[in-house]
Amino acid sequence: MGSSLRNISAIAGKELRSFYSSPIAWVMLGLFALIFGYFFDAAITYFAKASMAGQMGGGPQKVNVNLEMIRPLLSNTTVLILFLLPMVTMRTYSEEKRSGTIELLLTSPLKDVEIILGKFLGAMGMYLGLLAVTAVYMLIVFKYGNPAVKPLLSGYLGLLLFGGGFVAVGLFISTLTSNQMVAGAASFVVFLLFWIISWLGESLGQTMASIMSYLSITEHFDDFGKGIIDTKHIVFYLSFIALGLFLATKSVDSDRWRG
Amino acid sequence: MIEVQHLTKRYGRVTAVDDVSFRVEKGEILGFLGPNGAGKTSTMRVITGYMPPTEGKAVVAGFDVFTHPLEAKRRTGYLPETPPLYPDMTVREYLAFTARIKAGQLSTADRKTRVEQVMKKTRIDDVANRQCGKLSKGYKQRVGLAQALIHDPEVLVLDEPTAGLDPKQITETRDLIRSLAGDHTIVLSTHILPEVAQTCQKVVIINKGKVVAVDTPDNLTHQLKGAAALYVQVGSQQDATGVLSQVAGVRAVNVADRHEEFVGYEIESEPNRDIRTEVARAVVNGGLGLLELRPMRMSLEEIFLQLTTEDQPEGPTPAPAARVLEPTSPTGSETANG
Repeated sequence: MGSSLRNISAIAGKELRSFYSSPIAWVMLGLFALIFGYFFDAAITYFAKASMAGQMGGGPQKVNVNLEMIRPLLSNTTVLILFLLPMVTMRTYSEEKRSGTIELLLTSPLKDVEIILGKFLGAMGMYLGLLAVTAVYMLIVFKYGNPAVKPLLSGYLGLLLFGGGFVAVGLFISTLTSNQMVAGAASFVVFLLFWIISWLGESLGQTMASIMSYLSITEHFDDFGKGIIDTKHIVFYLSFIALGLFLATKSVDSDRWRG
Repeated sequence: MIEVQHLTKRYGRVTAVDDVSFRVEKGEILGFLGPNGAGKTSTMRVITGYMPPTEGKAVVAGFDVFTHPLEAKRRTGYLPETPPLYPDMTVREYLAFTARIKAGQLSTADRKTRVEQVMKKTRIDDVANRQCGKLSKGYKQRVGLAQALIHDPEVLVLDEPTAGLDPKQITETRDLIRSLAGDHTIVLSTHILPEVAQTCQKVVIINKGKVVAVDTPDNLTHQLKGAAALYVQVGSQQDATGVLSQVAGVRAVNVADRHEEFVGYEIESEPNRDIRTEVARAVVNGGLGLLELRPMRMSLEEIFLQLTTEDQPEGPTPAPAARVLEPTSPTGSETANG
């Protein structure tokens, strides 16, 4: 057990270091900060207008900063993640296959699952970097307003699980090809599919609609934004992550058989 | 130390390795020789546990690589054909990482010492802080070797360790590999023949996935020589075939080359009979002007061509050698001696 943790952390550490030493990471963080800043500005302007209207008696008397500002901002973040996470996950395994470094990993005394978990945690570390950028903006909200902390934390928990699901599936897709562009594009398409799956269901009748909406990765996120932590949603995301990691581990093993 | 038994590897319908068996004793260097695409890399990938065999098994340091992969891998160092380097890591960072995943049981301080030792051994300490991606081919190869040595493995598997190096680097790498034998058991693959003659104690020649010969480089050249052949060069332009054929023990005489200043003859003698003295005496007595007299040995190169090509090789190969070596049955580990 101890040796497993050591191996996992060795892989995760390597992933993180190589990610943060590459210019792509910083360009990505910069772009993310820029776009999120734009969303933030739009949300503040909207919120200011709404509260002004409220004071003048033209709207609701009380406006809630959590519901009116932070919640839409967090769901906007999920859209950004849809675009950015493929860029994080696409190289995780594909690049090792392309450059031949996978021969080092697979001939070292490591279990497949250790390699996959290490890579998953490494990618989550990169994702945390993105979330850290948004946290800076949230601090500004705390400085000038008084939002409730708990819904904000539950929102971040939701984002973490939501991103974790994408990272696990993206990692699986990355094990399938040695071309990172293909891995990136395929991941994006698959993410998008899980995103819009609930739209499809509506035309397929009651039962299909409920199945589709259960599978939709965004439906499960809503409650977290409202400050509700429901086990149902946590179980959904955790099984999503577990499935992705399981498939990735199996894919490494089957690759070995194919040679 | 390494035992490969009836190893077969198939990719779909293509059979890359076909019932290959051989053993390597502790401290030996085994050369794995064959043309490109003969199945060398596939065999090595099975030995290192990179992929499982279709049939048969490989046992490294007492552990079956398929049923006990972790134990076997802990005792194996592997340098693939392209050194598996992370271009954005410095050499020291890279080796520290490989030490963590291969020798994680050591303390951080011990691992640090290992990294420094290995860098010194492979003479890469002068590039310790440079990025792997920016190194020259020779340095990359040595960093790859350092990585294979980092956990002080009992077995080293090196896939074409000198490919793409310049002559000076090749000599250095060979010296390094030779110095590692004894402490480590080494399997190296190559398609360069002198390399095998210079570095290895045992040669496995493989072609189209099958073992065609297993022996020491010396034995291979000797046994294949079969009937001995001599090369004699004389100054006289007059035909010496008659004089030479009369020497006892001579089977055949052929003109090998003819120039204005000399004529060269190839003399085939009965096996295991040294006729050099007699031939020299005959030449001198006949007043032919002896310029050169030397035994013709088949070079490893010629043996290799003979074993790996189906047609008769062209060139001045002594004819008798062609019939000497039958391909061995794959289970037999010694060369059939015709």
